[in-house]
Amino acid sequence: MEITLQNLTKIFQSKREDEVVAVDNLDIVIPSGKLFGLLGPSGCGKSTTLFMISGLLKPTSGKIYFGNEDVTPVPPEDRGIGLVFQNYALYPHMTVKQNIMFPLENIKMDKREGLKKAQEIADLVGIGHLMNRKPAQLSGGQQQRVAIARALVKSPRVLLLDEPLSNLDARLRLQTREEIRRIQRETGITTIFVTHDQEEAMSISDEIVVLDEGVTQQVGKPQRVYDKPNNLFVAKFLGTPPINIFDGRIEDGKIMIGDVAIGKSDAEDQEVTVGIRPEGFKIVERSSFQVEVEFVETIGRDTTLIIRHPDVEVQESFEDPEQEENTEEEQAAFAQEVAEELGEEVDDTKMAGIDIPQQSVQQAKTFRAIVDADYGVEPGDTVKFTVKPHKMHVFNKETGELV
Amino acid sequence: MLEEQQNIKSWFYLAPALILLSIFIFYPIFNAIFLVFVKDFNYLQGTHDGFTLTENFRYVLRDPNFSMAMLNTMLITFVSVPLSVIIALLISVWLNAIPVKKIQGFFQTVFFLPYVTNAIAIGMAFAFLFNQYYGLINWFLGLLGISPINWVGMGASWGRAMFSLLVYITWLGLAFKIMVFLSGLQGIDKQYYEAARVDSASRSRVFKRITVPLLSPMIMYITVTSFIGAFKAYTEVIGMFGERLGPAGDDRSMITIVALVYDALDRSGVPGALSEAAAAALILFAVTLVFTFVNLQVSKKRVHY
Repeated sequence: MEITLQNLTKIFQSKREDEVVAVDNLDIVIPSGKLFGLLGPSGCGKSTTLFMISGLLKPTSGKIYFGNEDVTPVPPEDRGIGLVFQNYALYPHMTVKQNIMFPLENIKMDKREGLKKAQEIADLVGIGHLMNRKPAQLSGGQQQRVAIARALVKSPRVLLLDEPLSNLDARLRLQTREEIRRIQRETGITTIFVTHDQEEAMSISDEIVVLDEGVTQQVGKPQRVYDKPNNLFVAKFLGTPPINIFDGRIEDGKIMIGDVAIGKSDAEDQEVTVGIRPEGFKIVERSSFQVEVEFVETIGRDTTLIIRHPDVEVQESFEDPEQEENTEEEQAAFAQEVAEELGEEVDDTKMAGIDIPQQSVQQAKTFRAIVDADYGVEPGDTVKFTVKPHKMHVFNKETGELV
Repeated sequence: MLEEQQNIKSWFYLAPALILLSIFIFYPIFNAIFLVFVKDFNYLQGTHDGFTLTENFRYVLRDPNFSMAMLNTMLITFVSVPLSVIIALLISVWLNAIPVKKIQGFFQTVFFLPYVTNAIAIGMAFAFLFNQYYGLINWFLGLLGISPINWVGMGASWGRAMFSLLVYITWLGLAFKIMVFLSGLQGIDKQYYEAARVDSASRSRVFKRITVPLLSPMIMYITVTSFIGAFKAYTEVIGMFGERLGPAGDDRSMITIVALVYDALDRSGVPGALSEAAAAALILFAVTLVFTFVNLQVSKKRVHY
């Protein structure tokens, strides 16, 4: 079932008569039988979009098509959708079996047939042995599977998942996302899921759309969107660790950061923002792009170098809105502190699991380069880089559009 | 040493409550049990003619007023409680579904007002509603072409008087129940309803399979307390029929167990009357205990916490 969103707009009217445009003129075609990710930071309108597809929210304007059928005026119960809520919304007083049976009973399916179907679908998602438990007796991952089973059991035309993994711990999240991928493949059902976690979206989606403030930023295959970001927002949003952003300029067909030329461009001379993926740096014998390594993070497979550079643009973090409230100086100071502490005893296990100092170091004027562990770079070493052209993206300073 | 001091302190803190409870609750309970087992207790002199195991109970059970009182009390309990619970449930679901908060608030207030109004006053109002000549009920029936019915007036039949009483008691019980149910409903996560909608559940199925089970702890609480309250019905009868406890000419036809106890107390000068009251009270206590126990047993199977 191909799903088409046409000029889809949702405006929320708040009490004091100011309008909030949650979704702005969305035009997306979601291919049939694929796993499609709606990706964006919190408040970007992705859940609103999902709930409009489900029918629980009415669009302010625009149309939704399932195949050729205009379902915009169709209420959710008649749309033939399965919806998995962020907190699963399992009926707490019903057993797993009753939860899965509930949609079937509503369409008055024969009880024996329904039981057989419920068992089939429960086996498919791997909870067939838990049929007589209550939701409270299940782990988060199991509850999530029950929710998926309940959504799938009536053979919906479309499966919708709202932040399906956000309530699971890290290990379970990895496992469950593979599971979702498998279930989607086995059922071949068109699946749309919402997430703010770009890694999650990239890893399992056939296609993703990146949204910001209700506006489509880019649609496409995850690798393609990662490799060829349309604009600075998309470039920043995708990738862990995030892309490094530098203040730069184009001069005589050369891309300059400070006084160093790091690449070529056909564009005319202008001030630009240069984004370089952490994996886009290559250590070489001779280059004028010469920097001193401040810290080294070893994770075994490769090594992340953290390097101070005056032209780095400090990035705000997408995932942790609380951090934005701190002033930049505070963050930088904190980063300094943490970094100093950690600098003395960098070891694999320690660095791998810790997010905050990494992020905070990023807040200071530093960038990260991921290089092969064989170089054996130590803090304080001076390294020379060249930049892989396809890992570098140049954006207009004002608009953030690709130059 | 310190522990001992703590002990003394805690007793000290408990003392006011304990003293009051002892005087007004514990002593009367033990005294009632004592009274039940003595013969011809003389209230004024505090004397009695020895002990008996069953005589007072037998006396009460033989009293024609007692069987009347038992019948009335049971009717009031088993008709008005289920009825008012169901009606309150429907009204609160309806109230909860009102989308405009201001209108919802208005109706909440309207439905809660009876709770803060005196039961006697409401009883008088209901007696007037059921009045044969000026009552609103007969006026409505008149519109339907039904000639005036003597609900509660002189010579009204037991059935009509009981019907009027039940309507009044059911209505009186609504306010508090609606308030409890409404707060319960507002505590139910909206997502269950959204999920049910996506699952194509009809409104009646949502009510039966989602709302009622999720509200069942509240329903249970209300049912148990209302049963206990209804077993003790007395004020309501006074409110509607006054001290005659029945329509004029048919005194005591609406008598309840608690009313019977009061009746016996009125005759406290007569030797043995207090024992009779105590026996009736203990019988009521036993009945209440049994039904509460049954209620709780049912709840173990039906209530989802």
